[in-house]
Amino acid sequence: MTIVLVLTVTALYGIGSYLLMQRNLSRIVIGLAMLGHGANLLLLQAGGSAGRAPLVDVGSGPASDPLPQALALTAIVITFGVSAYLLTMAYRNWLMTDTDEVEDDVEDRRIAEMAATRIERQDDSGLLSEDDLAQHETRT
Amino acid sequence: MNVAIALPIVLPLAGAAVCLGLGRWPLLRRALSVTVLTATVLASISLLVRVADGSVIALGAGGWEPTVGITLVADTFSAIMLTVSSLMLLAVLLFAIGSERTDDTVSPFHAVYLILAAGVSASFLTGDLFNLFVAFEITLTASYVLITFGGSRLQVRHGMSYVVISLLASTLFITAIGLVYAATGTVNMAELAIRLAEVDPGLRNALGILFLVVFGVKAAIFPLFFWLPDSYPAAASPVTAIFAGLLTKVGVYAIIRSQTLLFPSDGPSTLLLAVSGLTMIVGVLGAIAQDDVKRILSFHIISQIGYMIFGLGLFTVAGLAATVFYVVHHIIIKTTLFLVGGLIEERTGTAALSKLGGMLHASPLLATLFLLPALSLAGIPPLSGFVAKLTLIQSGLEIGANLTVGVAILVSLLTLFSMTKIWAGVFWGTATEEPPRPVGLERNQTRNPRLMVWATSALVVAGLAFVVAAAPLYELGLNAAETLVDPSAYVRAVMNS
Repeated sequence: MTIVLVLTVTALYGIGSYLLMQRNLSRIVIGLAMLGHGANLLLLQAGGSAGRAPLVDVGSGPASDPLPQALALTAIVITFGVSAYLLTMAYRNWLMTDTDEVEDDVEDRRIAEMAATRIERQDDSGLLSEDDLAQHETRT
Repeated sequence: MNVAIALPIVLPLAGAAVCLGLGRWPLLRRALSVTVLTATVLASISLLVRVADGSVIALGAGGWEPTVGITLVADTFSAIMLTVSSLMLLAVLLFAIGSERTDDTVSPFHAVYLILAAGVSASFLTGDLFNLFVAFEITLTASYVLITFGGSRLQVRHGMSYVVISLLASTLFITAIGLVYAATGTVNMAELAIRLAEVDPGLRNALGILFLVVFGVKAAIFPLFFWLPDSYPAAASPVTAIFAGLLTKVGVYAIIRSQTLLFPSDGPSTLLLAVSGLTMIVGVLGAIAQDDVKRILSFHIISQIGYMIFGLGLFTVAGLAATVFYVVHHIIIKTTLFLVGGLIEERTGTAALSKLGGMLHASPLLATLFLLPALSLAGIPPLSGFVAKLTLIQSGLEIGANLTVGVAILVSLLTLFSMTKIWAGVFWGTATEEPPRPVGLERNQTRNPRLMVWATSALVVAGLAFVVAAAPLYELGLNAAETLVDPSAYVRAVMNS
C-alpha cells in the first residue's frame, strides 16, 4: 500500500462527491464515474501490498492477492455499463428539455406552495405558476 | 440434488436470452415468459419444502470450495422470500400482458422483466457479499430500463434521480466490501460471520453501520427514503407494482441478513428501533400530504419498511418471525394496491384524487378490490395486516420497546386515515371532470383489460388466503427466525458443502 494510492483514492472520492452535488447532469455523471474509480482503487488496496504475479509461477517472494483484482475488474465492467446508460438518459433528457439541469419535482413544489402563502403569487418568486401546474396536470 | 438451488436464477436468465431472440413473435414471447416464471415458482416452492424445517442447504457452484468459488445458500428465510417474490412476478407479468398492446412486436419488456426476476432470486440466494453486489446490479440495471420504459420526459426526469441514487449506493457498497475484505480477508458471508467476531468491536460497528446505510438506501429507511416517492410513480403501472412489492424488500432482506449473520447484536438495538420508529412516522405523514394515488401508496411503502426494521431491531426469535410474516404480507398487499391503482388509472386516465370520484357506482368490483387490501394495510381485523401487526406489537411488548410500539399503533391509525382519503377521493362523491371511461373502449382495442382484473383479483384472494393459513405460515416464520438468530446452522452448511 503506498501513500500515493491512498491520496488518489481520497481525491477521487472528494471530487466525485462534490460533482455529484451539482445541478448539471453531465457533472453528476462524471462525479459518479470518479467515485467508481475511487472505489475500485480502494478494492485494489484492500488486497495488501503488491507482489509477484499470482497463479503463474514466476519470480520469488509473496504473490499479490488476486481476489481484489478480480472484484475490481467486475466492478469496472458494471460501472462502465451503467455509466453508458446514464449518459444515454442524460442525452435524452437534453433532447427533450433543452437543458442539462436537474429539475425540481413538480409535486414537491406543489406541496411546498400549499404550505406557503396562497394569497399572492409573484411571477419572480421562483414558485410554480398556474400555467406550470396546468401543464403538469395535463401530463399526468 | 443441491444443484436445484440455482434453478430460480438460471431459468429466468436463460428465458431472457431466448426471449430476445423471439423479437418477431410477441405471442411466443409471452408464452415463454409465463412458462419460465411458472417454472421458477415451482422451483422456489420445492426449495421451500426442503428447507421449511429450518435446515440450510448450500451449493458451491462449479465444484469449487465454498470459500473460494461462488456460493449459493438457501435457508428458510430466503426460500420464503423466493417463493413469494416469484409468485408476485408471475401475477404482475399477467397484468402487464393484459395492459400490453398485442401489436407491439419489438418490445424488450419480457426479456428485461425476466432479468429482473433472475436478479431478485440471486439476491435472495447468494452466500457471498460480492455476489450480492452483482445480484443487486443485475436487478438495478433491469429496473433502470423498466422505470424509463415509455421514454417520456417525466419518466426520464424521475428515472434519472433513481439511477443516480442507486449508483451512489452501489459505489458505497463496493467501498464497504473493500473495507470488509481489508479487515478480514474474505467476502464469503459464512466465513465472515466467524472472522468478523474476532475483529475489533469499534471497527466492526463502523462496518455494520456502513452496510446499514448501503442497504438502507435500497430499502428506503429513514433518512434515506427521499428518492422513492419521487421515482416509483412515474413508471408504468405493472412496473411500479413489482418495484413496490419487491425491490425495497430486497434491501430489507439484505439488512436482515447482514445484521443477523455478520453483525449480530446481543439485545435489542436502540439504533434500529429509533430508525424504524422514524421511518414509520415520516412515511405516513408524507403519505397524508399527497394528492396522487400512486404517490400516497409510495409513501406507505416507506412507512411499512419501518415495521419490518422494528421486528429486526428487537433481535428475538419472536420479533424476527413477526418481521418475516410482515414482509410476506406487505409484498402481497402492496403489489395488489399498486395494481388496483393501475386499474383506476387505466379506467379514468388519471391517478389524482382531486380529479377522481364516484368510482363506487361506476365500478363496484374495483372498489372491492381496493377496499380489502387497503383495510389489510391499515391492520383491520381479521385481515393479514392485523395478524402481522399483532405479532410485531406482541414481540415488542415482550422486550419492553414501548415507545416504538406506541408509534407503530399511532402510524396504523394514520394509515387508516390516508386509506380513507383515497376511498373518499376515488370511490365516493362525483367525478370533478369528465365521467370515467368504461374499460376496454379506449385508445386501442388490442389490449386485454380483463386479464389485468383477473391478475389483480388473484392477488386479493392470495391476501385473504394468507389469513386463513396464518398459523402454519407463522410456524414457518418461526423456523426462519431461529436460523437467523442462531446462524451456526447456516455457517456449518456453507463450510461443509
